[in-house]
Amino acid sequence: MSARLLEVRGLTVRFPLRPAGLFAPRRWLTAVDGVDLEVGAGQSVGIVGESGCGKSTLARAILGLVRPAAGSVAWRGAALRAGDAAALRRMRREAQLVFQDPLGSLDPRMTVGESVAEALVALEGPQPRAACDARVAATLQEVGLDPGLVARYPHELSGGQCQRAAIARAVVARPALLVCDEAVSALDVSVQAQIVNLLSELRERHGLALLFISHNLAVVRHLCDEVVVLYLGRVVERAPRAALFAAPRHPYTQALLEAVPQPDPAAAAPGVRVPAGEAAPALGPGAAPGCAYAPRCPWADQRCRDEVPPLTAAGAAHFIACHHWQALASPR
Amino acid sequence: MDAPLLEILGLDVEFTTPRGTVRAVRGVSLEVRRGECLAIVGESGSGKSQLLLGCLGLLAPSGRARGAVRFDGRDLLGPDPAPRREALGVRITMVAQDPMNALTPHLTIGRQLGEVVLERGLLAADAAHARSLEALRSVRMPDPAARLRQYPHELSGGQRQRAAIAMALMTGPDLLLADEPTTALDVTVQAQVLGVLREARDRGLALVLVSHDLGVVAGVADRVAVMYAGRVVESAPARELFAAPAHPYTAALLASVPRLDTPFSARLAGIEGQPPRAGEAGAGCAFAVRCPAASAQCRTEDPRLRAAGARSVACHAPLVRLEGPS
Repeated sequence: MSARLLEVRGLTVRFPLRPAGLFAPRRWLTAVDGVDLEVGAGQSVGIVGESGCGKSTLARAILGLVRPAAGSVAWRGAALRAGDAAALRRMRREAQLVFQDPLGSLDPRMTVGESVAEALVALEGPQPRAACDARVAATLQEVGLDPGLVARYPHELSGGQCQRAAIARAVVARPALLVCDEAVSALDVSVQAQIVNLLSELRERHGLALLFISHNLAVVRHLCDEVVVLYLGRVVERAPRAALFAAPRHPYTQALLEAVPQPDPAAAAPGVRVPAGEAAPALGPGAAPGCAYAPRCPWADQRCRDEVPPLTAAGAAHFIACHHWQALASPR
Repeated sequence: MDAPLLEILGLDVEFTTPRGTVRAVRGVSLEVRRGECLAIVGESGSGKSQLLLGCLGLLAPSGRARGAVRFDGRDLLGPDPAPRREALGVRITMVAQDPMNALTPHLTIGRQLGEVVLERGLLAADAAHARSLEALRSVRMPDPAARLRQYPHELSGGQRQRAAIAMALMTGPDLLLADEPTTALDVTVQAQVLGVLREARDRGLALVLVSHDLGVVAGVADRVAVMYAGRVVESAPARELFAAPAHPYTAALLASVPRLDTPFSARLAGIEGQPPRAGEAGAGCAFAVRCPAASAQCRTEDPRLRAAGARSVACHAPLVRLEGPS
């Protein structure tokens, strides 16, 4: 087993909501609810769920960009405590973030070269000009950007080229972990495939670990060794890739798989077995005592509505939070 | 066989820019029949959106469309504005990618849906209300009566796109043009919205679905036209195209879609390189620089779109031999 980079225990993030009235009690939205997660060196972990499932908040809490209400994050075995700025800086040097919107994550007034150099200087301190230029050029080449684009501005690039530049910024200081928050969702499928391939090349070449956040299980399947399915802030299923795709157990995981668009008109038409509705959080204290997925789940019964199913072991490293997983056969 | 509902013949779309004239769409001919879904697939910049706008005479001021577009036998781009004025927004409606832009933020959903038919005097107020409810039901909007009183910001992304589709169905159109209607949505909501569009098609609506993702259109499309650099490079019945793509570009697009039934190989077969910018196509096939099978002929001679039976392909060395009368 490789060395453990990141260890998250019982991470919970709450956001205050506007009170219902002047003297009404304060209401909270629990965006992330008691999440456990580990990422080993060089490992690739996928976090999957719909919009509003807390995927991005989880990533932000891990990187110390949002203060958690409970739980702990440890980086290379050392717990990160709130207010310990030095420890947070050490982690951030090694853990970098790539966002969904490639154009929005680059400064429009900086050339691609300047943007990448800025990240290098911010993380490693001032560099001799020649050394800095060489590192920038090598990184741009590594992410597949033509060296001729070094003096271009983001608006002159295509979406795929912008995303490569954003990845160059993230990897220029050789991080140990890359957190990708829907990093390929806004791209054309042809470009998405290029970026997915680039990420797996970076993994192979540098032993880079990935925390890959996506709503598309088919993309995660190509990139991640381990998959964590999140629903409204809670982990509902977690398994190594082979186990999860061979036998998805949680009804929500099964629904996410059904929804993946496949280029095969003979397959079941999309939407036929996809549950209605969208992930809508229950608000307020004790608003929804049971399983968060129960309102959309075709197999939900009274127990599901009353009692939160705990995350239980269903096989080697396969965990499921569902009262009925044993009774539910996989549709595939 | 009945006449096509929409017939596009040799459409060109050009833009005047400071760098000169740019041809975004080059000689596109397509047909859509009643109750049929035509998918137009291609990467960003392939001209698919400009093709739709060009057909309807809705180009930006710097743009010009040339060619013939006939809707139900009447010329939409001709000198007589009446056929276009009567069709647009009534018999032909549109759904765009971003539902927030299609909806006015300060009006309730009910007001916006009602306005579509009230403004044109198609229905009286109470009939418009009933039609709004019916339209929301047809897109499977949860709790439609309550939605009518809500504002767009109170709806989720998927509900907004449903409302935008309902708005496009208010006049009972014959043809719905949907430009990347699910690109901004999660996979689950995308599947739901595609289900709604498929149901509308099954009720007899003709549908043009524009997307960059062949996976998205597979479950809905009856025919698929693949566009590259402003041209249709392949057109075929959906089943035949997915079973055996004839153009190397179609095959590459198909191989880019991440699948659930392939081995866990980490590599996806993406398409290397960039599509040419609009108007930068030189001599020869525009795809030749990215094509794994390009020959000397491909680089010098632009292949014509050749038809055989229900399929057509513009390639010097198609991946399958097309059978049938040309």
